[in-house]
Formats: sequence, C-alpha cells, structure tokens
Amino acid sequence: MAEFKKQVPRPTPETQHFWDGTKKQQLLLQQCDQCQHTYFPPRPFCPKCASTEVTITQASGKATLYSYVINHRPLPGFDNPHSIAVVELEEGPRMMSNIVGCPQTPEALVLDMALDVTFEALTDDINLAQFQPAEA
Amino acid sequence: MKPNSVAIVGAAETTELGKIPNLSQIQLHADAALNALKDVGLKPSDIDGVATAGEIPTNVAYYLGITPKWVDGTSVGGCSFMLHVRHAAAAINAGLCETVLITHGESGRSRVGVSNTWPRGSSTLPGQFEMPFGVAGPPTMFTIPVLRYMKEYGLTHEQLAMVSVVQREWAAKNPRASFKEPITVDDVLNSKMIAYPFRKLQCCLVTDGGGALILTSAERAKDLPQKPVYINGTGESVETPLISQMEDFTTSKAFRVSGQQAFKESGITHGDVDHLMIYDAFAHLPIYGLEDLGFCDRGGAGEYIANRNTAPGGALPLNTNGGGLSYMHSGMYGMYALQESVRQLRGTAAAQVKDAKVSIAHGVGGMFAASGTIIMSNEKI
Repeated sequence: MAEFKKQVPRPTPETQHFWDGTKKQQLLLQQCDQCQHTYFPPRPFCPKCASTEVTITQASGKATLYSYVINHRPLPGFDNPHSIAVVELEEGPRMMSNIVGCPQTPEALVLDMALDVTFEALTDDINLAQFQPAEA
Repeated sequence: MKPNSVAIVGAAETTELGKIPNLSQIQLHADAALNALKDVGLKPSDIDGVATAGEIPTNVAYYLGITPKWVDGTSVGGCSFMLHVRHAAAAINAGLCETVLITHGESGRSRVGVSNTWPRGSSTLPGQFEMPFGVAGPPTMFTIPVLRYMKEYGLTHEQLAMVSVVQREWAAKNPRASFKEPITVDDVLNSKMIAYPFRKLQCCLVTDGGGALILTSAERAKDLPQKPVYINGTGESVETPLISQMEDFTTSKAFRVSGQQAFKESGITHGDVDHLMIYDAFAHLPIYGLEDLGFCDRGGAGEYIANRNTAPGGALPLNTNGGGLSYMHSGMYGMYALQESVRQLRGTAAAQVKDAKVSIAHGVGGMFAASGTIIMSNEKI
C-alpha cells in the first residue's frame, strides 16, 4: 500500500523545537509555568489551563511500556514483524514509538517494563525517538 | 432535542452490498438515497435538509437534484451519521428545515471514484508523532490499547475471540451478511496474525456499500407510510485524533460522554433496552462499548459476551446484523448500525428480536477519536 510508506515528519513552527531536540539526541517536553503540567505533543500553550507561559524541558529518557501491537503486515521501511508501542515517560506524558533492541515478540515485550530512549536517524534533519529495554 | 419529536421515516441500504465495482462512491450515496426515498414515498424535491460524510453535502445535494436550506457536513469518522441524526433532529425542532436526508456511500473495497481523505500528512500531528512509527491504518492503531485493557482486567484471548464467534452466529441468520459460515474460538485464534494480539477474524471486513435515512417531525410522520422510529435520546463527543494520547486505554472518554448524554436526554434505563448496536471495527469495540455505555461493570464485558448474553437467545441482543466483523464494513460503518436498529424497530430484521421497542446505535469515529449515540423507539416513550 503505497500511501503507507515510512513517513518523514515535517515540523511546523509549533513543533520545530521538538525536532531540533531529537536531532541533538534530546527528548524535549513542555511544562506549564502556571499549573506545572508537563505535556506532549508540542503546542505553545498548556492543554490543561490554556496558559501561554510554558517552558521547554528535557525528559530523562526513562519510560515504561504502556501498550503495543506487533504489526505482521509487510510495511515499506520496516522489518517484519515490528512493534508499535505507546510508552509512558517518567515525566508523565505518553508517546508513540517503536521498541527496538529486543525480539519483537509478546515474550520479550512485557507491559510496564523499563525502557530508555534511543534515537534513529530518519534523514539528515529528523531523528525519531525510539525506546529499548533499560539496562539492568 | 426534544425526545420523540422527530422520527426516522425512510431507511435503506444500497441495493447490493459487498463488492460493487460498477458503482462510484457518489453513486453509492445516490443508490441508497433513492432507495430510502422510495421506502417513504418521497421525491428529492420533498427534501430540504442534507447531511453526509465522506462526500461533502454539496456533492450529494447537487447529484440528487436537491436544493437544501440546511446542510451538515460533520465528518468525524464512521459515527458521523449518528451525529447527523442528532443535528438533524435539533434542526427540525428549531424549524430550520422539515425533512432531512442523511447519506453514506463508500467504495471501500473497489475504490471507484474515491477521494483520498486519509488526513495524516507529514506536517499534521498524527503525521509527525504517529505515522513515522509504522502505523499502517486502523489495524495497527485501533488495536494498540487492548493489551493494556487485557492486563488491567484479565481479559483473555479466548474471550476476545468470542466476540467474533457470537457475531458470526448473528450473521448466519442474515442473507445479506458477507460471512455466514460458523466459526469457533480456535478458528479465530488460528487465523492469520495481523497485529498481535489481533488476528484476521477479529478485524472488520472491507466492502462497498451505502445507506440513507430520512427524518422528519413526528407530526408529519403520521402521514407517511412507514412505521415511525422515534429519536428518543442522542449524544456525541470527540476525544483525540492521536490514539497514543487517549486518556485511558481501558475506556473511551468520547463513548462515556456520548452515551451519558443520550441516556440523560431519553430518560430510559438500561433495563428498557431491547436491542443494541455497537460499532465493531475490531473485536474489542463491543467490550469497550458495553462498559462505557454502562451495560457492564468495568472489566466485565468480555465475560458477559463469552457467557452468550449478547448471542442469539441472550438477554441483550447485540450487533444482530453480524456487525462490521461479519455483515459488512465499508469504512464508515455507523450508517449500517443505524439501519439495523431501524429494521429491528420496524420488525423487518433478518434476525428479528421479538417485540423490540427500544434500540441503541452507538458509533465510534476514527480510532476512539469520536463517538455518537442514538436511542430510538417505535413507541413514544
């Protein structure tokens, strides 16, 4: 299915800082100066209280596995099968990612397992935040 | 809207369902619309309101030769038609129009005359923060929350498989269903792996088809030939276009908000409900729906279905046309759920629930992104 080729993100003015961050191997979130809510994906105001006073913060890169599927249908740009996961960051927000560096099986992918961020260069400008099992 | 003040007076699906390579998408809308007009004995010139999704209302009105004074192009995915019913009832109440036509047509399988409406370009939020990770359409998006639900509530693979088994039993009674052969839990769990934990028999069909509804005031319905199906309660909501940002992976906020509004508006209780349709793009949807609508306790719906409560002969007949898993699924299935509710309340369904008086059609849009709920009755309750 040609329309589902591996898609390269095209940053917008509101998300540019996030992609600048991943290029430097940093995972950036935003925190509201008023209510302290830390959130993702990026936008220049707090989704909880609508304050526009927000600060960009760097996440620790530690996360846990919240849920996932293992895609078995062939997909350009991906090894088959491959995980599509939602991870919960130490700071609270969740994000979609892939779990890499381990077998793509239910036995290896256990909910709530500890994960660390790692970055995959998609193009010269875009790094994707991926996660791998945390070192014991 | 005022309960029982508006009725569905015309309802029909496309003449054919399944594989329809000889009709374009707009013609599927028209085929269903002409069938619905014939059903109620009206002409396009009798229609003064048009609502649709997939196509814009302009296309449908022009193609059918209708000059509307009210249009609604709400397009939030497969439950859009539930929202259209709600909006149409409010518009008729407010005197904005008298008789509304709601159409759906989708060349989901044959892809004839289809515009590309997959709104996930590389600069959108889904395009930046989900698509790069290899989500290849609904089978790898809608399914992501389920492992979390299974861990939280102990839902088993066998219970999840029973959703497909039970719905196939309903489909076996329906000559228009795409799949009618009985299946077992083993058949489901041995079918092709699509996206673990989902196998092929837990994913909806991909077919061509359409459907249309005609609504008018309860007062005017008296002069029309079909048994009126009164709109008794309605609800709608949206949550997020990003499945990864759904607030809680074990329950849909949009389902809860929509369902609660509909029950509140109608004043009925769960015990009054004779028949239920819950949009089942994938096997977990009826489980989330039963809980979020309040028919089952949290974590209890898998066992409820596995114990045959929703099967033929059970206490709460659910998805009696066979559902998106076995009947048909063109992409925006909500219209077919509404059509089956209307058939049940007219007493003309293939798998008729005896003396059904109250039916609910509950829809989902996107991947838990939106929801619409319509409570209907063949009596003013």
